[in-house]
Amino acid sequence: MKMTGAEAIIKALEAENVDTVFGYPGAAISPFYDALLDSGIKHILTRNEQGAAHAANGYARVTGKAGVCVATSGPGATNLITGIANSYMDSVPIIAITGQVRSDMIGTDAFQEADITGATAPFSKHNYLVKKAEELPRIIKEAFHIATTGRPGPVVIDIPVDVQNAVIDFRYPEHIDIKGYKPTIKGHPGQIRKAAAAIHAAKRPVICAGGGLITADASGEMLELAERRSIPVVTTLMGIGSIPSDHPLHFGMVGTHGSQTANYVLHHADLVVILGARVGDRAIGAASTLAKKAKIIHIDIDPAEIGKNIDVTVPVVGDLKHVLRDLLELVETGDSAEWLETAADVRRKNSRKTEREADGGPAGCSTDACGRGAVGMQAADTEYVNPKYLLSILSDYLPEEAVVTTEVGQNQIWAANNYRVRKPKTFITSGGLGTMGYGLPSAIGAKVGRPGSTVVVISGDGSFQMSMQELGTMKQYDIDVKIVLFNNRRLGMVRELQLTRHGGRYSQVFLDSNPDFVALAAAYGFRGERISSDVLVPEALRRMTASRGPYILECMVDPMEPTL
Amino acid sequence: MAKHILSVLVENHAGVLSRVAGLFSRRGFNIDSLAVGVTENPEVSRMTIVVDGDEHTVEQVSKQLNKLIDVIKIKRLDKHESISRELALIKVSANAATRSEIVQLVEIFRAKIVDVSKSTLTIEASGSEDKVTALEDLLKPFGIREVVRTGVIAIERGNRIIKVTNNEESDSNGKDVL
Repeated sequence: MKMTGAEAIIKALEAENVDTVFGYPGAAISPFYDALLDSGIKHILTRNEQGAAHAANGYARVTGKAGVCVATSGPGATNLITGIANSYMDSVPIIAITGQVRSDMIGTDAFQEADITGATAPFSKHNYLVKKAEELPRIIKEAFHIATTGRPGPVVIDIPVDVQNAVIDFRYPEHIDIKGYKPTIKGHPGQIRKAAAAIHAAKRPVICAGGGLITADASGEMLELAERRSIPVVTTLMGIGSIPSDHPLHFGMVGTHGSQTANYVLHHADLVVILGARVGDRAIGAASTLAKKAKIIHIDIDPAEIGKNIDVTVPVVGDLKHVLRDLLELVETGDSAEWLETAADVRRKNSRKTEREADGGPAGCSTDACGRGAVGMQAADTEYVNPKYLLSILSDYLPEEAVVTTEVGQNQIWAANNYRVRKPKTFITSGGLGTMGYGLPSAIGAKVGRPGSTVVVISGDGSFQMSMQELGTMKQYDIDVKIVLFNNRRLGMVRELQLTRHGGRYSQVFLDSNPDFVALAAAYGFRGERISSDVLVPEALRRMTASRGPYILECMVDPMEPTL
Repeated sequence: MAKHILSVLVENHAGVLSRVAGLFSRRGFNIDSLAVGVTENPEVSRMTIVVDGDEHTVEQVSKQLNKLIDVIKIKRLDKHESISRELALIKVSANAATRSEIVQLVEIFRAKIVDVSKSTLTIEASGSEDKVTALEDLLKPFGIREVVRTGVIAIERGNRIIKVTNNEESDSNGKDVL
């Protein structure tokens, strides 16, 4: 069938079952936008291209499908970059389609020209500069294949405007064969046998559950393994959701911003089973000492992650669902009751300690009581809202499949440690890149991807203002996202860092001239409410979740409220 | 630190060299030399990369290179199981008094004089990296004006070849990460 390159892009997207794209038009991508008018694909016009990339990411994380974002050349494309890098760090499949100046103008510093394939090479899984329109069907097919298989990631397709206008004979390939890309799916049987033996021999095993489990849809297999051997489970930030927060074997999040209990369990184990986690410095800091004390089984689909940051006793390369199923064939029922009791004791002690600290003060949750029905938490008449308290009861007002996204900063860690997550793919956060301004647009993408689910973004006043223009997107498409905005009039995480590392010399962390966020909600025609006491929290949450349409719940938070 | 030779088959199209070079710089790996040329299959190029680093570094280099979609296959060449060569063009100062001595040296090294002027000799030398370096050292006292070296290329001994098919890395599945 004869058609233009632009029409071919649309046809290819349809062939890949793309229902929605997020984007922003411009000159070099105008043929695509013209062809889009004749397609059933829905387009969400964000207010900045970065919002489109984050929305595509949120969409991908809740649906498991590739998210698609579109931008024009030059500044349009460079605005996508943060979202591409964010998706790369968190292994999220997105396709970024960018317009490019005419082929014969490339390299001349033409108007709105930027070398986006060069710029994104370090943090895209792959990218293409399309030279001939005939290549479009194959390239798009390859791009979706590469983005969604193996260790997922972003793929950029840069398409010069003349390529979009060229007429080609369209045929979408059924099969592709990429010589240099054959991800390993099945684990090596010998390695899996060794892993099973190490699990049987362990006295103090722990499972460290990473985001790869969620990507691979292998949370169920991981739980089966944990339950069969009564193995405590700790998660990374990206692994939150792989085990229900109130599961008896869940011991919290590890890392610099994790719980004491989780870190204790991890560092006192004699066997650490790392599943789909890349042993990032924030998650497992003292990797070399950990490896000296414990045997390490590391299962990951990306061979380059194994042995990168930690010495591994039993490496297994493969898709977690396949590998864990094979492993479960070999693992016998058993337990390490004494070890589990020790871990539970540590948890009890840590949560009691924080309760005591909270005595007399505002109701406090702890990273250790957290996500476990918030021991001892009750509303008190306070001057501020305690974000940990609010988050610990938030799930009571939300259905199980509700999606919570976060911004980055204290709000993220409060949410990670205190919100009770019940299902995989319902806790969406920027893990690796730590991107402020991610939460709101990713919530938009999540709501578009799962329109039937309640979507709440946990936000801080700093991060929120990095992407608050996306309120316009929510208004235009009536995207029902609830915004819980913790306002401490500070860049709280940085403030805390300046307190601990720079002796309290606060530098550029004050946001005392914030706008009136409730009035801002009203300006967009949204409902909003401001609260500044814990006693008001339950009713406010009820009102927010019961209302229809976007909502900003602004919670005034003590500027000195600690992260942990 | 030791030198390791990687023979890398890559797709023969634009941008591949910059991806490979970029990967080295951003992951903090040191390239000693890099030589690129087309193979018997015009769609495939071969890069011979000499990497300076310990075992862990070289393993990471190989794995990270393997993640590039354009990289088809990587093989580490064993020094004793492969033949490596480098070509150098060396322009050295020479006059009537020194010329014959230089010619003698060149003969010992089985190199060639490829250009002569009143004040210089240009020598083409090929062989192992060590041999080329040794000749360069011996020529230094005469006054080296310019050196152009290709970087090492290498091929396995015997009937072994590195083919595009059967990506070893993915077949071996964890074996080689031990």
